[in-house]
Amino acid sequence: MSIQYAGLTSINGPLVCLEGVKDVGYDEIAEIHLNDGSQRMGRVVQMDGDKVILQVFEGTGGLSLGNTKTVFGGKPLEMPLAEEMLGRVFNGVGKPIDGLGPVFPEKYADVNGKALNPVARSYPRNYIHTGISSIDCLMTLIRGQKLPIFSGSGLSHNKLAVQIVRQAKIADSEGKDFAVVFAAMGVQNDVADYFRRSFEESGAIERVVMFLNMSNDPIIERTLTPRCALTVAEYLAYEKNMHILVIMTDIASYAEALREFSSSKGEIPGRKGYPGYLYSDLASLYERAGVIEGSSGSVTQIPILTMPNDDITHPIPDLTAYITEGQIVFDRNLDQTGVYPGLSVLLSLSRLMKDGIGEGYTRPDHPDVSNQLFSAYAKVQDARSLASVIGEDELSDTDKAYMSFGAAFEKYFLNQGFEENRSINETLELAWDLLCMLPVGELDRMNEKLISENYDPSRAERFYSK
Amino acid sequence: MNTIYSINGSVIKVRDTVDFSMREMVYVGEKRLIGEVIGVTSKFTVIQVYENTDGLKVGEQVLTTGTPMCAQLGPGIISNIYDGIERPLRDMKKLSGAFVSEGSSIPSLDTERLFDVTLTVKEGDIVTAGQIYATCPETPLVLHKCMIPPSVKTAKVTYAAKDGQYRVNDTVLKIKAEGEEQETELTLCQKWPIRDPRPSRRRLPITKPLITGQRIVDSILPIAKGGAAAIPGGFGTGKTMTQHQLAKWCDADIIVYIGCGERGNEMTQVLEEFSELIDPKSGRPLTDRTVLIANTSNMPVAAREASIYTGITLAEYYRDMGYHIAIMADSTSRWAEALREISGRLEEMPAEEGFPAYLPSRLSEFYERAGYVEALNGSEGSVTIIGAVSPQGSDFSEPVTQNTKRFVRCFWALDKSLAYARHYPAINWMTSYSEYTEDLIPYYDENVGKEFIPLRQEISTLLVEENNLMEIVKLIGADVLPDDQKLIIETARVIRVGFLQQNAFHKDDTYVPLEKQMLMMKVILKLHHAAYKAIESGVLFSDVVKTGLFDKLIKIKYDIPNDRLDMFEEYEKEIEETIEKLKIES
Repeated sequence: MSIQYAGLTSINGPLVCLEGVKDVGYDEIAEIHLNDGSQRMGRVVQMDGDKVILQVFEGTGGLSLGNTKTVFGGKPLEMPLAEEMLGRVFNGVGKPIDGLGPVFPEKYADVNGKALNPVARSYPRNYIHTGISSIDCLMTLIRGQKLPIFSGSGLSHNKLAVQIVRQAKIADSEGKDFAVVFAAMGVQNDVADYFRRSFEESGAIERVVMFLNMSNDPIIERTLTPRCALTVAEYLAYEKNMHILVIMTDIASYAEALREFSSSKGEIPGRKGYPGYLYSDLASLYERAGVIEGSSGSVTQIPILTMPNDDITHPIPDLTAYITEGQIVFDRNLDQTGVYPGLSVLLSLSRLMKDGIGEGYTRPDHPDVSNQLFSAYAKVQDARSLASVIGEDELSDTDKAYMSFGAAFEKYFLNQGFEENRSINETLELAWDLLCMLPVGELDRMNEKLISENYDPSRAERFYSK
Repeated sequence: MNTIYSINGSVIKVRDTVDFSMREMVYVGEKRLIGEVIGVTSKFTVIQVYENTDGLKVGEQVLTTGTPMCAQLGPGIISNIYDGIERPLRDMKKLSGAFVSEGSSIPSLDTERLFDVTLTVKEGDIVTAGQIYATCPETPLVLHKCMIPPSVKTAKVTYAAKDGQYRVNDTVLKIKAEGEEQETELTLCQKWPIRDPRPSRRRLPITKPLITGQRIVDSILPIAKGGAAAIPGGFGTGKTMTQHQLAKWCDADIIVYIGCGERGNEMTQVLEEFSELIDPKSGRPLTDRTVLIANTSNMPVAAREASIYTGITLAEYYRDMGYHIAIMADSTSRWAEALREISGRLEEMPAEEGFPAYLPSRLSEFYERAGYVEALNGSEGSVTIIGAVSPQGSDFSEPVTQNTKRFVRCFWALDKSLAYARHYPAINWMTSYSEYTEDLIPYYDENVGKEFIPLRQEISTLLVEENNLMEIVKLIGADVLPDDQKLIIETARVIRVGFLQQNAFHKDDTYVPLEKQMLMMKVILKLHHAAYKAIESGVLFSDVVKTGLFDKLIKIKYDIPNDRLDMFEEYEKEIEETIEKLKIES
């Protein structure tokens, strides 16, 4: 029988303080039993002599200095793990909320995980097919990569996330050993409901593990939600050899929870009030993506974050982009003109794609096609800014070709239906069709052979007729 | 017995003790986590722990060691990969699997490996600090030289082992210092506290460039051997790529690559790429001259703080053997953030943006350990530091960038707009500078050619002129400029695209010898001068452009292989003839 500590010494926001405590470990989990029979969970965040500070997951409302009994569990928060978790829905700290009863665990694991030894990593190669042309062709998602989506409030990142979950598959195994771990942090109830319903309707739910922390759930739980999700992901990937895609939304809510927690602890704030360790903390999530030598599974992450005020230099997107291997950025203008998904091609980047596409992975011409599209679309921007000064009529013929290429590129390539799942072949053929709108001399990133095999202005005719 | 009184993240406190001294290494708790004393008051001793403190309990024991944090120095360092406190990651993987576990005490050097040792002193010899007493091949590229520790002044050799195979901890030499009774036994390795610079006889003036084969570096913004450079740049501007290029191609003997708080996959990439890449000079893989220190962003933050010092201590050790070392530190901002994080946990008064007030002095301590020195044994060696800086929000006015600027003499500012335009390396020639150019003039004059310095000066001037003209062009368009100014803009375009842009993935362009760099500048300026004269004599600028010479020069970097420099003459001849023809026609 473990010792029960009656009462508390002080309560401050989500933190409570106990004195006279013995033999407790840092980061250990405690159960707080209230007199009314309910129970809350807490975690040790600081220890000074026999004084222990606990953060209470469910919040401190209703706690008094006298109405509790606290029992320490002797270990950090652990997550029960089993393969049957696929298809289940959990709350922010891993308790089932789908009414299907508890999980029968095969094992338990510390949710904080451990740092992956760089020597044990394999360099990520080979891609994940999302069926979305702009992503597959221009910012390819590689297995073991962490590639965030930077969005803003009101943009269609949630829709995109659902589409990715529904369509994502591994090229060579047709999704057999492929699963998704979905962690929602601080999302509104109807958004969470939208995700759940969409997954159920499309049947994707069978291979999804969902963690839902709503925006009105306690913030302490929110700081644990991604950790629980990643622990399950690591288990499925490295022990069950599955390819796991982890989608985490919304990192901005997570960071805000961290800030709230940090300030209630009285820590010295860094930039914009976020704790000085925000970078290390985010890294402890993102760096859990990867491929390990000797395991055929992988953990790939798509964290989604809404940039406060659409500001990419805000600490959250800024620090995220320093850790992640590229970023996918939404463009409000494109989104408003009805392009879905309205991604800003020039701001987006996948750092790992160069090693996971082309010969043996997608199609040999993929690297050249994507380079050419990038460079052509960059020139479209130049032509457009020129046109805004001197008027479209005054443009040279080449610039005019770029103008119409730009419009068609956005309308036919970037824009695609919510239900539309394009194969990599379709995407690349479409890219070639569009490139045929340009004079052949402008295809400066291609070699002669590729041009002679593929270049044919008549391929582009359909873009003019409409 | 000293026990833990409080725990807050990576910082722990011990109460009421006088046993600890500042900067002493300690073992914390039952798992024997490695820690370092960072504060001593009458009431508390503050210790930062280099490992994850989860599960640590109040009341667990803290053991003193009596020595500061030391690096183990000896053969076996090169081609190894370490964490921030010099624990070999490969051995850790064997011991604890794919994930790093706490409290693993593994020797830094392979204690079983046998080295072919040649003794260079014999019994009865008098030896002094820094003197080399034994050598052994460490890798096919590096001959390891064991040196008398700096603490020994003069001593007499009382025993010298025979040449043969020894392990790092085998005694190969015994010496007796003057006036001392006790013999000191020397093995192949020694220890040195990581926070103290290793002593040398004196600093020598900077005279030699670190040749990197990157045109914008060597020709426009050179870095000297023994110098310090900073590469600041927002995310996606190619800091890491630039550092990889420098690490691959620079003419240092040894590279120390410190991955400080960066991505794990990047370290894997360095490991893979460097073992596949063959050094053209020696025909050996680059790993034979590289040591990696990988403390990725998710590894304990205190060890990240230490990784910079571990790296530079290893570098200084090889410098003392007479080697030239280049350190790549990626990224110093993460190191500064580690300082901030620890400072926050100590509840110190923050200065700018939460960084501690001692940030500038810590930065200067680090960068001042670069230098070209005469070692204690008389040999010349150098340590060059190239530190990446990741400014928050790509804003160069933030404290780390600003303070770093004060301690480096070479500043390669990476530019977001250049990176978006896929202009790599994205070093902005307007905001970057190198103060080493002056010091290196004699070297370039003697070893590359008298023309080199005037050529690079003219190239820089043209770029400045272009920048001024572009202000006008943005307002009223390029058409209204007079022909000679249009020529400046066109030549500057050739310089930017044909010279400054360099393709890291092209077999010839990834490394360009100094001579080719000079010839490229020469031929570009030749065209510029010839065209200028032609325009003066009445030829239209548009006719000069129509010759296609400018576009031809842009492709020169691909069209002339590095071993066919004679081809430049053909180009020069063609320029002369074509322009002459234009003049006659008009």
